[in-house]
Amino acid sequence: MNAVIVTLPSWFDPVLGILLIPLVAAAILAALPGYRVSAGLNVVASALSLGCAVTLLFERPPPHSYLMVDDFNIVFILLNTFIGFTTSAFSASYIAHELEIGRLTPWHLRFYHAMFQLMLFGMNLALVANNIGLMWVAVELATLTTVLMVGIYRTPEALEAAWKYFILGSVGIALALFGTILVYLAARPVIGEGMDAMVWTNLVDHARGFDPSLLNIAFIFLLLGYGTKVGLAPLHAWLPDAHAEGPTPISAVLSGLLLNVALYALLRFKILIAANASAIAPGPLLIGLGLLSLIFAGFMLYRRRDIKRMFAYSSIEHMGIIVFAFGMGGPLGDLAGLLQMTMHSLTKSAIFFTVGHISQVKGTQRMAAMGGLTTSHPLLGWLLVAGVVAIAGLPPFGVFTSEFLVVTTTFAREPVLAVVFIFGLLLAFGALLLRLADVAFGEVKGPIGPVHASYLPVIAHLSLVLVAGIWLPPPLVAWFQHVAAMLG
Amino acid sequence: MHGIDFDIAHMLAGFLVLLSFLMLYQVRLLPLLNVLAAHAFVLALSVAWQAYIQNAPHLYITAAIALVFKAIIVPIALRRMVFRMGIQREIETVFSIGLTMLAGMALVALSLEVMLPLTAKAEPVVREDIALALSVVLIGLLMMVTRRNAVSQVVGFMSLENGINLAATGAQGMPLVVEISVAFSVLIAFIVIGIFLFRIRERFDTVDVGALDQARGGQE
Repeated sequence: MNAVIVTLPSWFDPVLGILLIPLVAAAILAALPGYRVSAGLNVVASALSLGCAVTLLFERPPPHSYLMVDDFNIVFILLNTFIGFTTSAFSASYIAHELEIGRLTPWHLRFYHAMFQLMLFGMNLALVANNIGLMWVAVELATLTTVLMVGIYRTPEALEAAWKYFILGSVGIALALFGTILVYLAARPVIGEGMDAMVWTNLVDHARGFDPSLLNIAFIFLLLGYGTKVGLAPLHAWLPDAHAEGPTPISAVLSGLLLNVALYALLRFKILIAANASAIAPGPLLIGLGLLSLIFAGFMLYRRRDIKRMFAYSSIEHMGIIVFAFGMGGPLGDLAGLLQMTMHSLTKSAIFFTVGHISQVKGTQRMAAMGGLTTSHPLLGWLLVAGVVAIAGLPPFGVFTSEFLVVTTTFAREPVLAVVFIFGLLLAFGALLLRLADVAFGEVKGPIGPVHASYLPVIAHLSLVLVAGIWLPPPLVAWFQHVAAMLG
Repeated sequence: MHGIDFDIAHMLAGFLVLLSFLMLYQVRLLPLLNVLAAHAFVLALSVAWQAYIQNAPHLYITAAIALVFKAIIVPIALRRMVFRMGIQREIETVFSIGLTMLAGMALVALSLEVMLPLTAKAEPVVREDIALALSVVLIGLLMMVTRRNAVSQVVGFMSLENGINLAATGAQGMPLVVEISVAFSVLIAFIVIGIFLFRIRERFDTVDVGALDQARGGQE
């Protein structure tokens, strides 16, 4: 049995950096009264975390029994800290306006900033955790902080959304914990009692010796549990409300990051199940849930009136695509899943940034009350157009590349599934373009006041997606392929 | 470990399942809260017993949390809330109790059927504890699905969580059990405070989740 490697952290440990910076920042932000300073500090702390995450590319500490960084989670960590940083920049301009119109008080903002960093801490911890128990606690922490932020406006709708999210999320993480306990039970006879049997690197090394039937039932619980947090249909009921009623920066991180963190947890367990040859193949389960989410969300997109709610359904659709891709598996399927996940996070958070500014200008989230954005606010309008074109999967954006990869690999192996999959894609595509036409073009509706927007985060995200659609750097492709091989 | 150790552990776990059934047919809130307190009390006993037979002193902390927090503080807090909202006399409309009970029995049968063969190789104490714990979890879920009132949903969630605690302590030598029970307590505290907030804001006349749905009005 290979012993758990314990390393003493030297004074500079980037892994500790991405955990401690948000934690310390949260404590300071909870004590700081002025919102301008807080917003600035929020950006600085997020930037520092991103800096630490980038150094992980060059040198990473060896895994120990609580924390680890490997080729798989580093993709998620980088994405997480990057979008955390851009969202904090967007949030600074967004909340200033919310304060002006009196939707939030300075006290609320203090709370909001502290929770924002605490949420980043929770998500980073979930990503670097090498212990399935610790990972569970971290996912719970991230969920709790987002629940509190979803309810921050204190309107009946916001409270209802927070309550629904809370109850469904709690049931989800409770089921995930039951699954985690079952994994421990499966590991105990092989690895022995105690902490070692919850350390992920140990689990994966010994997975072939685990009792397959216990692993099977554990995976069902984990799939239902973490799947609720991923927002897979039919467990998605919390997701549209939480996205629509919370502050827009939170909608952006919910879609862009938190869904990924839950997906990451699920994929970790998929690797574990795949390492045991006699356990069930997780593929068909993931494919089924993925297709269901894709098609369900595709139909639901047509009935939406609220712009944030519509993009929330689009997140369900994309999570469906991603889970479908990982379910197909194989080098190409996993590669497509990783790429799609990255592209979706970048694009969807960019869309929420623009939608946030748009709904501030228009004073509503109802799509019927907005129109002709490209005429009244050209830059904002065209950025929205670019974002929606990207998320609908049109070239030359990166989402097209990954969806194309999913379609080709599916056609080669399961042509029937590919037809269903393409039907789902077209369904969502139609709905998005239909709505976009109303909102972005046509006659101008609603207030046309000036907008104090921060365009930089949106432009940064969309240009990354554009570049990825045109040219993927070979080292990046090699890396994604290596990770795809890990996923088995 | 001896036969009597198993027997007591199984008896306590069986008690939990029985109390879960009691919850299923309580349509009045106050008796339901009493059953919840009893549920948590039995859980505390069961965890303490596991701590004793496994010789794992840290589990006594989990038992103490279950006893003080879940069996005393939360039921009292919920009871006060029920009185302040004046819903103590209300009878909840649940669909047919007979059917719910039957569904509960089916769930217990299912979890025994699924878990016992799976854990056949494990020690008997683990084996049956996990099967009974899964029954408690599933009945808790059933309760959350069939009830409309937010207080009874919380009760359902707490019984579900008790089932998970039972499983975690039954899995011998599982690390982080104490931390996880603390994390869950935080979660429950938040839920209780959440209900309390709903009331404080006085934006809803009832904590019936159905009424919350209407609050959204013509949004969709």
